Amino acid sequence: MRVSIIEMLTEAKSGHPGGSLSCTEIVAALYFSEMRHDPQRPDWSERDRFVISKGHGVPAVYAAMAHAGYFPVQELMTLRKTGARLQGHPDRRRLPGIEASTGSLGQGLSVAQGIALASKLSAKPWHTYCLLGDGEIQEGQVWEAAMSAPKFKLGSLTAILDYNHGQIDGRVDDVMSLEPLADKWRAFNWNVIEVDGHKFEDLIPALQKARKATDKPTFVIAHTIKGKGVSFMEGKIEWHGVAPNKDQETAAIKEINAKGVRS
Amino acid sequence: MSSNQKPKATRQAFGEVLAELGTKHTNLVVFDADLAKSTKSEMFAKKFPDRFYEMGIAEANMIGTAAGMAMQGFVPFICSFGCFVTGRFDQIRMSVAYAGANVRVIGTHAGVGIGDDGHSQMGLEDLSLMRGLPTMTVLQPCDELETRQMIEFLMTHDAPAYVRLTRQNLIPVHDGEYRFRLGRVDVLRESATANVAILATGATVQECVRAHEILQKQGVQITLANVPTIKPLNSDDILDIAKGHRWLLTVEDHYTIGGLGSAVAEIISDRSGPTRLVRLGVNDQFGESGEPIELYDKFGISAAKIVQTVSGLLNS
Repeated sequence: MRVSIIEMLTEAKSGHPGGSLSCTEIVAALYFSEMRHDPQRPDWSERDRFVISKGHGVPAVYAAMAHAGYFPVQELMTLRKTGARLQGHPDRRRLPGIEASTGSLGQGLSVAQGIALASKLSAKPWHTYCLLGDGEIQEGQVWEAAMSAPKFKLGSLTAILDYNHGQIDGRVDDVMSLEPLADKWRAFNWNVIEVDGHKFEDLIPALQKARKATDKPTFVIAHTIKGKGVSFMEGKIEWHGVAPNKDQETAAIKEINAKGVRS
Repeated sequence: MSSNQKPKATRQAFGEVLAELGTKHTNLVVFDADLAKSTKSEMFAKKFPDRFYEMGIAEANMIGTAAGMAMQGFVPFICSFGCFVTGRFDQIRMSVAYAGANVRVIGTHAGVGIGDDGHSQMGLEDLSLMRGLPTMTVLQPCDELETRQMIEFLMTHDAPAYVRLTRQNLIPVHDGEYRFRLGRVDVLRESATANVAILATGATVQECVRAHEILQKQGVQITLANVPTIKPLNSDDILDIAKGHRWLLTVEDHYTIGGLGSAVAEIISDRSGPTRLVRLGVNDQFGESGEPIELYDKFGISAAKIVQTVSGLLNS
C-alpha cells in the first residue's frame, strides 16, 4: 500500500503523503481484516461502512481498495486527473465503495453517525467506522457528534483517530492542543482504547473489541507517525501536502521495500 | 380562493402533512435542533417517536447525521429556522449537496414577516445560499394546499431540497384543483391588457393578491403569478410572461440579492427584449424587530407599497 501511495502521489504531482502514510496500517487493518465487505459488490446492503473524514488521507484508502479488488491497481495512476473517479478528496458519487464525500474537515463523524443510526433503525447488522485526523477534531462539529452518538447508544459506531501530531501550520500541540484527549472522549461517554497505530497486533484486537460494544460508541486513539515508512518524511510537517518528485519517489520506494513494510 | 380553508402558517401545514405522511412512508425520518415546537416537527415526533431525532442545539451535526441516513435510503427532513440551518452552509454544501444525499432541509421563519424577534431570527439570505448549490431544489409554498403538495412531492423527489416556510398565517390562494408542478410558474391572475406582471413567492403572494384587488378597483389590470420553485425555475414560463408585459415586478420577503428577483434577472438577461425588471424585497439592509405588517410597509413589500410601485411604473 505504501508503495502505491508514493507512486500515485508522484504521478499526481500533488497530494498528502504525510497523513496517508500515517494511517496506512489503520486502513489496512479495516480493509484486510476487520471489515465485512465485498469488493465485487460495493453496494451490498449489509457491508460494513467506512467513512474517511480526513479526506486528504484518501490515497491510503484508494490503495487499499485497489489491492482489495474494487478497481484495477492501474487506476491509482489517475488520481487527481481530470474526469477521474479518484478525486483529490473522496467523492461517493463517482467511486463505488466510497461511503461519504469529505474534504471539508469535521463533517465525517456526523455522517458516520447517521449511517450507524440507519443500521439501528432498520435493524441491519453493519458496523460503521470513521477515521478522523488529529488536527481535524479541532472542528466544533466533531464535538457535537461526540455528544450525540452516546445519546443514541451507537455501539455500532467506531471512530479511529490518526494521532500523528502534525497539521499544516505545525505541531498539533502548538497549533491547538487536544490534550487531555482520552479523558475528553471518556467524559463524553465513549469507550476509549489507545493503541500503537502502526502495529496490527495492537490495532486488530482493539477493533475487535470495539465491534463487540453494545450501547456505547468506541473511540480508538491510534498513535502514529506522520510520513511513516519513509525516513525523510517521518515526523516532517513539510510533507503534509507536498508530493514527492521522481528521485524522492525512487528513494522512498527503495526504503519501503528494503524494510519490508508491505502493508 | 378556497372557501373551506382558513389562513394558516406554512410551517403549521408542514407539520400536519409530515405527521400524516409518516404512516404511509416508513422511511421518513425527522430531525430537529431544539425548535420542534416552532418548526412544528413536534407533531411527527409525538406520533412517530422512533423516527424522530432530537439533536439539540447543534445544526451542523444534524445536517451530517441526516445525510448519513439519506445515503442508506431513508428520507430525512431536518428542521430549524431558515437562518440557522442555512447558516451551516458548508455542511449542506459538502455532506448534503456534493455527497448527493437526498436530505430535505426545512427552514421556517422566513423573512421580516416573523416580526418581533428581529434580524437574528430572520431567514433573509437562505434562498440565495441554497440556490447557489448545484443539484439543490429550492421551494417556497405560498399557502396550505401548496405546502401539502410540495412536502408529499419531496417524499420521492430524487435530489436534495430546501423548503422555506413562514411563521405567520397566509391566506389560501389556491382552490382544490391546484397541482404543484416542479419548476413551473403558477399564474393566478391574467390580463391580456396588463402592462405589469408581478411574480411573487411565499408570504408576499397574499400581499400581491390584495394589491391586485386594490388595483382592479382603480381600473388597473395586472398579471399575477406565484413562483413556488426558485430552483430549477422554468425559463420558458418566465419568458412567456415577460414577452407580454412592459414591466416585470418580483416581490419577495428575502434580500433582493440572490432570491427570486435574481433568478428572474438571470433568465431575462439571457434574452434581448423591451421588458424591464423591478425587484422588490429587503434591499441590501438588515431586518429589525416590529409588527410584520409595519415591516412589510417599511421594506416596500406590503399590498399598499406594491400598489404604489405599480402605479409609479405605469405613470413613468
